[in-house]
Amino acid sequence: MALIDLANPTRFVALVERALPWLVAATFIAFAFGLYGAYWAPDDYQQGATVKIMFIHVPNAWLSMFVWGVMSAAALGTLVWRHPLADVAAKCAAPLGAAFTFLALVTGSLWGRPMWGTYWVWDARLTSVLVLFIMYLVLIALWRTVDDPSRAGRAAAVLTLVGAVNLPIIKFSVDWWNTLHQPASVFRMGGSTVDRSMLIPLAVMAVAFSLLFISLHLAAMRNEIMRRRVRVLMLTQAERA
Amino acid sequence: MDLGPHAGFIIGAYVVATAVVMALVIWVAADHVVQKRALADLERRGITRRSAEHRPLQVKEPA
Repeated sequence: MALIDLANPTRFVALVERALPWLVAATFIAFAFGLYGAYWAPDDYQQGATVKIMFIHVPNAWLSMFVWGVMSAAALGTLVWRHPLADVAAKCAAPLGAAFTFLALVTGSLWGRPMWGTYWVWDARLTSVLVLFIMYLVLIALWRTVDDPSRAGRAAAVLTLVGAVNLPIIKFSVDWWNTLHQPASVFRMGGSTVDRSMLIPLAVMAVAFSLLFISLHLAAMRNEIMRRRVRVLMLTQAERA
Repeated sequence: MDLGPHAGFIIGAYVVATAVVMALVIWVAADHVVQKRALADLERRGITRRSAEHRPLQVKEPA
């Protein structure tokens, strides 16, 4: 199937129906392996057992930025190529991104209390992630405020691309400013500082959460296509009446 | 497994993550049921898409 075929919503829905059971199964398997690895991973020599929070905090933090990246690509699809599924993809990714960002903030806070002695500190990393969370909420509100999906899509696309400026700020905040949050320890020059016994379950959990995002995103896009069909049919009926 | 003196924070983090993931799954699944019902209801009332209206009838050839 050529990529352009996916521009047809009916073909896209058919593809989602075929792919979804496999994706759900892969997500379950990845979570089973990831949680098994997290359970048996050794305690950290400094942080003790609290390092187990890392296996959910870090994948959610990665996904919080990745989802905005997906939405930015979709925003380009809306504004430049006017792809019919681009704003559907962006709209459906926003609540998922907000949920992952919320989880990154809450689990980080629950990790911070025993390690830093505080749930929250207004340092650059935490504040920039909070700004990301608020931007997700603003986008969701925008989608709900504007009735016409195509008008809402264009406005949201502009806002998404403006908000993408926050992504490098989040990533490099720990290098540019003096923060309580630790610097990058997985993706860094010179290799990861995390031991293999923790790095492997962390990678598996990251794959599991990514598969969860893909599954939920495709399912939500299918729902949105159906919602738009219902809307068009009801408008048509109202015109006929 | 001994989670040490900070067990509450670790368990709390996993409980919140499970609750949020379950909420997302339920929300998407429930939305699918709602949209499917709405489309089926419209179809039952004879309100279909143009592509469906112009679909040729499948007439069985007489033997």
